[in-house]
Amino acid sequence: MLRAIGRYSLSIVHELGDFALFTGQSFRSAVGARRLGRRIVRAGFEQGVRCLPVIIIVGMFTGLVLGLQGYYVLNRFGSESLLGTLVSLSLVRELGPALAALMLVGQAGSALAAELGIQRNTEQIAALETMGVSSHAYLITPRLLAALVVYPMQTALFVTVGLWGGSLSGSLLLGLEPGVYWSSVEHAVKAQDVRECIIKAVTFGLLTISLCAYHGFNAHRCSSATGARAVSASTTRAVVQSSIIVLAADYIITSFLV
Amino acid sequence: MGADSNQMLLRIEGLNKCFGENVVLDGASLNVPRGSLVTVLGRSGAGKSVLLKCLADVVRPDSGSIHFDGKLLSIGDVSSRADFRRRCSFLFQSNALFDSLTALENVALPLEQTTDLSDKEIRERSLEALRQIELEAHQDRYPSQLSGGMQKRLALARAIVTRPELVLFDEPTAGLDPLRRNAVFAMIAKYQRQFGFTALVVTHDLTEALIASDRVALLDKGRMCFEGTPAEFSASTVAMVEDFRDSAEALGRTLAAIRRGEAMQSEDS
Repeated sequence: MLRAIGRYSLSIVHELGDFALFTGQSFRSAVGARRLGRRIVRAGFEQGVRCLPVIIIVGMFTGLVLGLQGYYVLNRFGSESLLGTLVSLSLVRELGPALAALMLVGQAGSALAAELGIQRNTEQIAALETMGVSSHAYLITPRLLAALVVYPMQTALFVTVGLWGGSLSGSLLLGLEPGVYWSSVEHAVKAQDVRECIIKAVTFGLLTISLCAYHGFNAHRCSSATGARAVSASTTRAVVQSSIIVLAADYIITSFLV
Repeated sequence: MGADSNQMLLRIEGLNKCFGENVVLDGASLNVPRGSLVTVLGRSGAGKSVLLKCLADVVRPDSGSIHFDGKLLSIGDVSSRADFRRRCSFLFQSNALFDSLTALENVALPLEQTTDLSDKEIRERSLEALRQIELEAHQDRYPSQLSGGMQKRLALARAIVTRPELVLFDEPTAGLDPLRRNAVFAMIAKYQRQFGFTALVVTHDLTEALIASDRVALLDKGRMCFEGTPAEFSASTVAMVEDFRDSAEALGRTLAAIRRGEAMQSEDS
């Protein structure tokens, strides 16, 4: 029992170290990488444009629910005028970065892990290495660098759409004055809140995309399965671990910045 | 010795590779003369693909030495390996084409990522490679939209676009019917002469290999048990070579014995 726990703990430490080396190697590969800009734009398109619908839809419904719930809670204390404050701070400081990251993991992260897993299975990654092309520089670095820009942008969009959702349910459906709502939004959100939002978005982008890339890239090392099942298992692991790490990192960053 | 080493583009000596308890290469040695087409024959599981992957640095050998163009390729020496990779191409058994890239993008990829050529030059050279391999009309198609033979040719176009001195072919005819096998070997021989690269092919297709190759070698249980010209292979009295060469006759003898047994059984009944 004790031996099994020890072995499991060692394997976790080993995997964490391997993941850190993988991420470091991906950043190092940016130096001297050819035509990197073009690949960053393509990766930005994959992570950004393709995820727009899900970000807008989830952002809108999050804002609508926040507006609805917030209105009825604040109504009990006669403080409906603070609805803008509640919706905006919830979105900017917590829900925006976390939910946008979870949506991006579901859409772009899972696609990345599966794509890399298939490329590993069909020897496309080995082919790159035999050509003298760094597989990190070609496949991972552009995605990682694009994520550092795309995640904050998608988070900003999520928050903006969410604020409109809150306004829609608070003002149009429940009769709160739009001016009151937007005025409280304006007064509530400070530069520090925006900074916290951006720090979280960048961190989540870095952690989730490198984690998804790590699992896809190493799909052949999966001990429990081979072939298509290894791709499926590594994609599942990538999404589950990324989702957990978003929430864990959210707590850690909040505890430092609050 | 000096003249010999000049003539040899690739020299492999005592290559060993184990996967756990399984010894795949057990002191394999091979000489590949410059400008020749050398075929390594062997049964399935003899270690042929691992030998090529050790050369291409996809698999790291446990020990042994590889000399390329007279220089030792040290295991783990990044600079000598980088030079080797620039001058060598690898054709995978599965073709390993990028399925999300078009035929033209696939061919252009090694030029884009390993050279400082302009976009215009890369496009011209890639189109030229596709033209030479008679795939220019399919430049905008994805690998999945091409036939098996076209994919093989596309993989070859990608391999030769960087103008390598050595091309490694891993089982290029695996799973193909006899007509396609002939076509693939003819293609390798044709382009090897046209572009002047040295070709190292691993396969278990004996007939085609003997016709198309300048030299053949036989790998068995991780060791090279024969190396010579196709004529020498045909005349060899080495037991393993005889077994491999006369496998069709051996099958005939076995079948004849089985038929005789059946005939005897029917007489008994």
